[in-house]
Amino acid sequence: MSAAPSAASAPAIAPRGAARALAALLVGVVFGAGLAIAQMTDPRKVLNFLDLTGRWDASLLFVLGGAVAVAFVGYRVVLRRAKPLFDDAFHLPTSTAIDAALVCGAVLFGLGWGLAGYCPGPAIASLGLDNPETLWFLPALALGAFAQRWRARRASRAGS
Amino acid sequence: MTPFTPFAALAGGVLIGLAAVLLMWLDGRIAGVSGIAGGLWFSVAGERAWRLLFVAGLILGAWGAAALGVPHPAPRSGFPPVLLVLAGLLVGYGTSLGSGCTSGHGVCGIARLSRRSFVATSVFLATAFVTTFVVRHVLQAVPG
Repeated sequence: MSAAPSAASAPAIAPRGAARALAALLVGVVFGAGLAIAQMTDPRKVLNFLDLTGRWDASLLFVLGGAVAVAFVGYRVVLRRAKPLFDDAFHLPTSTAIDAALVCGAVLFGLGWGLAGYCPGPAIASLGLDNPETLWFLPALALGAFAQRWRARRASRAGS
Repeated sequence: MTPFTPFAALAGGVLIGLAAVLLMWLDGRIAGVSGIAGGLWFSVAGERAWRLLFVAGLILGAWGAAALGVPHPAPRSGFPPVLLVLAGLLVGYGTSLGSGCTSGHGVCGIARLSRRSFVATSVFLATAFVTTFVVRHVLQAVPG
């Protein structure tokens, strides 16, 4: 009983940060299970979708279609609320520019995706599936992302 | 050759969409894997814990699905490691420069009807189609 007042007067930030992190864990589990069930963790399946002139496997289209349909409807319901459950505001992208970074980034990503059949989600989820290819792909993925962010940060410092 | 699996694909896709909606409802964030994982290094304190747990969840979710008997094929073998490294660098750099990957742009962005995400998704899909064609049928660099 004596613990109740001190818990109530503790700053609300810490428990909410914990709730936010736990929610992210739950969401990650659902996401990772979805990737495994859809077999997007199998790069052969991804490449066979991308290989239009080979033995085409349309499965990925159903993954994307199902995900977009649910997210489209769900976002419309959720974004009508004033704020999310565990934060003060929705964190939505604000940029609207169709610029060189967006297009060049998408081209580079498409090159890598079409080459090996991994995008970031399935590659990370594959760590749970005992796939030795991740030992090559993931460090390179981290290095590539790190290099870009480091360059961008240096450029913005030089410009300011 | 992989068999066409529309029902498993749709079920998995629905779960991915559900995850995107949950992350928006609970945390107010876009479920973009490259952005979330990329922010593990370059982000302010207080922004790291939820990202780290999301990534851990991704691994745990795939592991759990397999442990519960969801069929998953044996890992690919014989794919050149040098191509895996090259692909990893391209995907890492590209998704960081272009602010998103298949989940952030392809699922969340399209669902929000974002013009940027429509452009990014069209470009990376088109590039990937061409790349796979060239690698498999022109260069014949990897087994098709």
